[in-house]
Amino acid sequence: MSEPTTTTPHAEPSDRTYVGIALLLGVITAVEVASYYAEDALGAALVPSLLAMMVVKFVIVVGWFMHLRFDSNVYTRLFVTGLVLAVTVYAAVLATFRYF
Amino acid sequence: MSTSASPTLESTPGSGHHSATGLSNAKLAMWAFLGSDCMLFGGLISTFLLLRTKGVVRGPEVKDLYDIPFTSVSSFMLLMSSLTMVLAVSAIRRGDLARCRVWLVATAVLGALFVSGQVYEFTAFYNEGLGFTTNLQSSAFYVLTGFHGTHVGVGILILGSLAAMGDRDGLGPSPAETVEIAGLYWHFVDVVWIIIFTVVYLIR
Repeated sequence: MSEPTTTTPHAEPSDRTYVGIALLLGVITAVEVASYYAEDALGAALVPSLLAMMVVKFVIVVGWFMHLRFDSNVYTRLFVTGLVLAVTVYAAVLATFRYF
Repeated sequence: MSTSASPTLESTPGSGHHSATGLSNAKLAMWAFLGSDCMLFGGLISTFLLLRTKGVVRGPEVKDLYDIPFTSVSSFMLLMSSLTMVLAVSAIRRGDLARCRVWLVATAVLGALFVSGQVYEFTAFYNEGLGFTTNLQSSAFYVLTGFHGTHVGVGILILGSLAAMGDRDGLGPSPAETVEIAGLYWHFVDVVWIIIFTVVYLIR
């Protein structure tokens, strides 16, 4: 290593691992789209399953591609604070307007 | 913690500015920005969700115009741009600047294809009678997806600039960190689209 890249040492995933993760994300996206067309078959399970797949993709990208899984917890706290604040505030807004 | 009482310190040459915690100031700033950007997109997404349920007084509903196969391909391209971005970061960490630039250009090209798809979609919607001011729903849709597209556009400029800078000196004292921070922004744009694609397009 000719230069320090982060202040927290961590095991960098290999390029092969990144390709595997990207393929997994692609497969999940394909399942999402397939679910959209299987609305009649899935019924009430459609929305929860789509949301679950969305969360899985979100966590994978943030954790692996953005390296939160390997970096300092301070970065995670900064990001999660903003995320939780946004979800809480706008869930309250939607509830106020009787969206749910 | 015991290294210095000053709020910031500069660590070893070539590693950029780091805070007293030992963390990079620039990276901290980017994460703080991304956390705050959640509020921006949260507001835009919830506004669209609210207005979608109200129906429309005139013009078509946005959901009737979606071309899911087309948007799925666009989404896939943006998703794969995250792969090329992380490969660029991986390459620069190994000190392979040439390969890093190739991946940066590939990422920018995939981003440009995504934005082109968005322009095509907007044009198709407009031709179907859904303008920016046609109804509240269309305004919310164009503002949300337009803001995201603008974020992608800014990302393309950042990546293009990094790729064009050429040598290691052009990327600042810590090339790997510079590319990594640009990557954080790019991945965030991808993550926001993951939410928009599901909440706006797939859930009706």
